[in-house]
Amino acid sequence: MKPIGVLSLQGGYDPHLKMLARLGVEAYKVSTLSEFDNISGLIIPGGESTTIGKLLVQHNLLEPLRERIRSGLCVFGTCAGLILLAHQAEGSVQPLFDVLDVDVKRNAYGRQSSSFEAIVKLVGENLPPQMAGIFIRAPQIIRIGSEVKVLASYEDFPVAVQQGRIMAASFHPELTQDTALHEAFVKLAQS
Amino acid sequence: MSETSWSSRQTATWKTKVGLAEMLKGGVIMDVTNASEAKIAEEAGAIAVMALERVPADIRVQGGVARMSDPKMIQEIQKSVSIPVMAKCRIGHFVEAQILEALDVDFIDESEVLTPADDEFHVDKHGFKVPFVCGCRDLGEALRRIGEGAALIRTKGEAGTGNVIEAVRHMRTLMGQIRQLTRTPREELMTFAKNLGAPYDLVVEVSQTGKLPVPNFSAGGVATPADAALMMQLGAETVFVGSGIFKSADPKRRAKAIVEAVASYKDAKKLAEISYDLGESIPGVDVRQLNDTQKLALRGW
Repeated sequence: MKPIGVLSLQGGYDPHLKMLARLGVEAYKVSTLSEFDNISGLIIPGGESTTIGKLLVQHNLLEPLRERIRSGLCVFGTCAGLILLAHQAEGSVQPLFDVLDVDVKRNAYGRQSSSFEAIVKLVGENLPPQMAGIFIRAPQIIRIGSEVKVLASYEDFPVAVQQGRIMAASFHPELTQDTALHEAFVKLAQS
Repeated sequence: MSETSWSSRQTATWKTKVGLAEMLKGGVIMDVTNASEAKIAEEAGAIAVMALERVPADIRVQGGVARMSDPKMIQEIQKSVSIPVMAKCRIGHFVEAQILEALDVDFIDESEVLTPADDEFHVDKHGFKVPFVCGCRDLGEALRRIGEGAALIRTKGEAGTGNVIEAVRHMRTLMGQIRQLTRTPREELMTFAKNLGAPYDLVVEVSQTGKLPVPNFSAGGVATPADAALMMQLGAETVFVGSGIFKSADPKRRAKAIVEAVASYKDAKKLAEISYDLGESIPGVDVRQLNDTQKLALRGW
């Protein structure tokens, strides 16, 4: 079993590493192309999506990583990671992978004072009925394509989705004690 | 209408406050004084901007009382960028903090760069929905601020000097004390806490985890990509750059270079490329020539 890589250009990569360590899964930070050869799955953490996008371009990672994801690299994006995987971010022209058939609206819930915790409902197979969600200046998924499966929802909006070997959440499971989505991702990466 | 009843939102919890600080790791937060500078910062890849009327280098030269910025300017900056916008209030000036909260800034910096409003007490930061960042010179000061509710700590350095020596001193002091604490036996922790002037429970926590309970950033005097990478290698998790960018010859290039340097802070080859032909840095000040009344870092209790 190859380890999981956590993209470490900028943002909240440490909490993902801690979460994976708690699950007993080997994981390390990745930020150069050669490091992507030996991973079974990639986590794109939260952070500032515009910054991470620019760094992906500057480090010549955007195109090669897009290719790898399209040819089956298993990937899980949270918050900014979701935005980067999406087809489109409303009102923004930032660099995106465009591998997940959803459109998102950045900072849809408002500024930091509106960041919140809530229980989200999980609907996927083999998932518990609910989990804790931490939404920080969170994006909202405003359109999902027909191939996209909803894994979790909150207030009638999907907040976690899956399309083939791509998973994404608009919140931060890695900041909670709830391992459900990370477990599902590790399983997917190993399959 | 939904037929499902949803769990209610709990806003502005400790986890959402520290969570935002977590998401700001590995980046650069830039001081900006107007909307066009904010745009330049965002374009360069800043993870957040700090809105203030005068950069510290100008405050240093012009003197006078430095206060919270005009709400008009803060709002113009909020409208011009999509990244988080921070703003500064004076130490202890909880009404400036209330105003910044009403303006819905994303982080409040209770900052020694502005003229203190209270020479004994800081703001009770637990009482606010907006998270706070505060400066420190050592572990005791860091833990006092966290005890008051700061969700993010930055070492102070000496703002507006373009000289990284104080930033290095404060980061080394902080990291050294944390290392020392992890080797201190439990029965010595209360006296350790007493000597630091720090809350006992936080001292115990740091002795067990070997790190601050909140993210630990660096500020004050960073002028070059190498300075930024130095602070990261010394243990900073993100770097604040104030006067160093917009007081240099080519702010656009320098801003981008410093963002790159933080992302590649261990890669000397990359740092060499990044540092190439950036033009003049901020001229800078020898901090040994500053007397105590000119040192901003000494503000904070």
